[in-house]
Amino acid sequence: MARRKSTRGPLDYGKSPWLILFGLVTFILLYAPIAQLIAFSFNDSKRNIVWRGFTTKYYAKAWNDASLVEAFVNSMTIAVMCTVVATIIGTATALWLWRFRFPAKSAVEGVMVLPIVIPEICMGVAVLVLYSRVGNWMRGFETGPIHWWNELFSVWPLNLGAITAAHIAFSFPFVAVVVRARLAGFNREFEEASKDLGASEWQTFWNVVLPFMLPGVIAGALLSFTLSLDDFVITFFTAGPETNTFPVKVYSLVRRGVSPDINAASTVLIIITLVATIIAMRMQAPSKIEG
Amino acid sequence: MENWKQNKAVFWVTALPGIVWLLLFFLIPLALIWGMSFGEKTSIIDIEITGTLNNYIRSFEAVYVKIIWKSIWISVISTAVCLAIAYPVAFGICFSPARWRPLLLLLVILPFWINLLIRTYALIAVFRTRGTLNFTLEWFWNLAFLDKLIGPFQPLELLYNNGAVIVGMVYVFMPFMVLPLYATIERLDRSYLEASLDLGASQWRTFFSVTVPLTLPGIVSGIILVFIPMLGMFLVPDLLGGTNAIMIGNVITDQFKAANDWPFGAALSFLLMYVTFAALALRAFIGARMKAGVGI
Amino acid sequence: MTSPIISIKNVTKRYPGVVAVDDVSFDIMPNEFFALLGPSGCGKTTLLRMIAGLETSGTGDIIVDGQNMEGVPANKRPVNMVFQSYAVFPHMTVRNNVGYGLKVTGVAADEIAPRVEEALEMVQMGAMADRKPDQLSGGQRQRVALARALVKRPKVLLLDEPLSALDAKLREHMQLELARLQQVIGITFIIVTHDQDEALSMADRIAVMEKGGVRQIAGPEELYEKPHSRLVADFIGKINLIDATVSGTSKAGVTCLAKGLGRVVVPHEGTASGSVSLAVRPEKLTLSDKAPSSDTDISARGVIRDVAYYGDVSNVFVTCADGLELAVNVQNDRAAAGLLENGREVYASWHPSDTLILEE
Repeated sequence: MARRKSTRGPLDYGKSPWLILFGLVTFILLYAPIAQLIAFSFNDSKRNIVWRGFTTKYYAKAWNDASLVEAFVNSMTIAVMCTVVATIIGTATALWLWRFRFPAKSAVEGVMVLPIVIPEICMGVAVLVLYSRVGNWMRGFETGPIHWWNELFSVWPLNLGAITAAHIAFSFPFVAVVVRARLAGFNREFEEASKDLGASEWQTFWNVVLPFMLPGVIAGALLSFTLSLDDFVITFFTAGPETNTFPVKVYSLVRRGVSPDINAASTVLIIITLVATIIAMRMQAPSKIEG
Repeated sequence: MENWKQNKAVFWVTALPGIVWLLLFFLIPLALIWGMSFGEKTSIIDIEITGTLNNYIRSFEAVYVKIIWKSIWISVISTAVCLAIAYPVAFGICFSPARWRPLLLLLVILPFWINLLIRTYALIAVFRTRGTLNFTLEWFWNLAFLDKLIGPFQPLELLYNNGAVIVGMVYVFMPFMVLPLYATIERLDRSYLEASLDLGASQWRTFFSVTVPLTLPGIVSGIILVFIPMLGMFLVPDLLGGTNAIMIGNVITDQFKAANDWPFGAALSFLLMYVTFAALALRAFIGARMKAGVGI
Repeated sequence: MTSPIISIKNVTKRYPGVVAVDDVSFDIMPNEFFALLGPSGCGKTTLLRMIAGLETSGTGDIIVDGQNMEGVPANKRPVNMVFQSYAVFPHMTVRNNVGYGLKVTGVAADEIAPRVEEALEMVQMGAMADRKPDQLSGGQRQRVALARALVKRPKVLLLDEPLSALDAKLREHMQLELARLQQVIGITFIIVTHDQDEALSMADRIAVMEKGGVRQIAGPEELYEKPHSRLVADFIGKINLIDATVSGTSKAGVTCLAKGLGRVVVPHEGTASGSVSLAVRPEKLTLSDKAPSSDTDISARGVIRDVAYYGDVSNVFVTCADGLELAVNVQNDRAAAGLLENGREVYASWHPSDTLILEE
C-alpha cells in the first residue's frame, strides 16, 4: 500500500499552511499597532520611536491632568448611566418582541435596529439639531418649572443627561438584539411548566424567564457600556463646552500629534473596554443545556 | 407567541420604554433634520422650512459631487479589501478545530470594541514620517548598506492621503466583516462541498461554484455592515486623510460645526440615509430571493 | 356508579384555517389510564393542553372533578403535566425542580422537604437530588419531570408524548414503569401518543383521534379486534382491507361479493349494505401449499410476491386474483421453512369469524 505524504482530508482547510499563514499575518497586523500603543505608554521617551526604558511617568502625568481626568470621569459616568437605562429598556424591548404578536411587527423590528445600522454621523447631527431646538425653546423661560428644570440639568451629573440620552438611544437596540437572541433559545415549555405547577405570571418571569435570559442581559449591559465608552461622533456633536468626554478630549489632543500621555490614557480605556467585552462574550456563549 | 390583545398590560409595559425613547431621541431628531434638509437659513440662527430642494441640488455641484464620488470609491475599495481579508480569515476559523473557534473569533473581533479614535491614533504612530514603519524601513535600508550606495533613507509620506484613509478604514472595519461571514460559513452544510468534490470539481471550482453562492447572504450582510459606516465615516479621513482627502462625513461635520449651514448639512446627512435605506432594501431583497430558493 | 373525573363536552378549538379540536365529548373515569392516540396534527396535544389550561379561547366545557375549568388559569387547575421536552428547569437542581410547584403556591418549607423526598423516591431519583439537569440522562430527566408533577398531588396527570424522546429500549422500560406508577398512586393519567404500541400496552382506554375528532374510544383489545372504521383499523396495527359489495343478509351472516375472493359469508351483528371493506388481521391468515380442506374457511389462491423476515415472524405478501394483495404474518416454525419463497403458489385462508365488515 502506497503511503500518502499528506494526511490532510479534502475539507481540512484548517490545516492548510497558506490559510494558517494568512490568518497569522492578519492577526499580527490587527494587534501590532495596539500593542505598540500600549508598549510606548511605558516608554521613557518623548519621541516614542525607540525603546528607552520602562516608566510609568506618563500615567502619572495623565492622572495629574485635571481636564483629562474630568473627561475620563464624565465618560465613565455617562457609560454607567447609559448602561443602567439601556439595559432596562433593551431588555423590556426584547421581551416585548419575543413574547407578542402584533400588527406591523416586522416594520417595528426594522425601525428598532435602525440606530444600529445608520451611519453614526446622521444620528449625531440629528441629536444636535434636537438639542439646539429644545435648548432654544427652554432658554425662553427665566422663571417657572422649566427654569428650574434648566437649573437642575446644569448640575453634575445631570448635565451629562443630554449625551447619555443619545447614548441610550443607540445602545438599547444592541441590548435588545442580544437579549432576544438569548431568548430565542428559550424553550416555551419551561414557561408553561412553571404555570402548570402553579406559578403566577410574575413568579414565572422571576423564577424561570429571568434566570434564563440573565447572561444575555449581562452581556447586553456590558456591550452598551463599551458602546457608550467608545462613542466619539455622537458625543462630539452633542457635548457642550463644559461637558468634555474622554474621546472628545483625546481627539483634541490627537489633532496636536502623538504623545505618550495619550498612549497612557488610551491604554487605561483599552483595558476597561477589553475586560467588559471579554466578559460579555463569555456570557453570550451558549450554555450546555438549553432545553 | 402570544397575541398582544391577550395581555395588554404586559404588552404596553414592555413596549413603551423602547418606543418612547426611540421616538424622542431618534425618530423625532431624524424627522427634524429631514425637515431641515428642505429648509433655508434666514439669519445666523434662524432656519425656515420652505420645502426647497436647493440643498439637494447644491449637493450635486461639482465640488460636492467630487467629494461624494470620492467617498464612494474609497468605501468601495476599502470594503473590497475588507472582504478579501475577512473571507479567508472567517473561512479558516470555521475550519479550525472546534475548541479553538470561540477564542479565534474573540481575537478577531476584540479590536473592534476598542475605541475607534484610539485605533486610528495607533495607526498614526505607525505611519507618520517618524513612525514605526518608516523607522523599520530605514533600519533595513541601512542594513543593506543602501545609505552608503544611494544616500540616506528618505522617509516615505505615508499619512495624509487617500491610501492612508483606505488602510485606516480596512484596519478599523475588517473585524466587523468577519462576523456575518463566519456566521454563514459556519452554517454551511459541509456535505455540499463534499458532493461537489465527489462530482469531480476542483477545490477552486467548488469554492466559486458552491461555497461562495451559498454564503452570499453573509457576504452581502458583511458588505452592507461595513460599507454604510465607511461612507459616513468622519474620524478616519479627518485624522489620516489630511486636507485633500476629505469625505462626505467631513463635509457634514463642517456644515454643522464650522460653516454653520445646517440645512445643507441636513440634506447631505439624508443623502447618506437614503443610501442606507437602499442598501437595507437590497439586502432584504436578496435575503428573500435566497429564501425562496430562486438564487441570484 | 362513580362520576367521571374529567368530562369533555363539545370542546372545539379553531386556529386560523384549521379546526384543531372538533366538537369532542367524552368522559374519563377516576383511576383510569387514558390514552389519546392519533397521527401528528390530529388535535390530541391541543386537547391535552386545553385540559391543562395552556391553550385557551376554545369553546365547550372541560369539567375536572365536578368543577368547570372555564376561566380557571393553568396555575390554578388541579391537573399537572409532564411535557414532551420534560421542561426540567436547567438552572435549578433536581430537588428545587421538584419543590418548585410547592414553593410557588406557598406550601411551608418544612412540608416541602419531605414531600420532595417522597416524590423523588417514588421515581427512584432520591440519590440524584442535588444534581443539575445537564448532569442527567434523558430518562432521568423524565423521572424528574414526573416527580415534579406528582408532588403536587394532582387529580389528573397529563403526559404529552412522554416517551418520544427516549431510545427504544428505555421506552419499553418506561412504559412498564409508568403503568406501575399509575397503579401505585391511583390517580388518573392521560397520555398523548402517536405510538399505538405505547397506547395498547399501557392504557385502560384509548381514544383514537383524527382531524380533530374522536373516532373511537375503547379498551386496547376491543380497539384491535373490533375497530369501528377503516381508519381505526388501519391506524391500530396492520390489517388487510378488501373491497366488497353486500349482496344479502341471512342468519349465517352477511353475504358479500369481495374482490379476489368471490362470494363470501361473514358473521356480522346488525345489518350492512352497499360498498364495504372486509378487514382481517395478517396474523389471522394461514398459508398452505394445498387448498384448505375445510370449506367454511375463506381462502384465496395467490403467488408470494415478497417476504420480509423479522426473526420470529415473517410478513408475507401474496398477490391473488383481481389484483388482491394480502399481507400474512407467518410464524417462522418448521412448517413455514420450505414454503416462504418468492413466486411460490400458495393458498391464504382464514376463518370467517375473524373478518370484520367495516362500512365507514
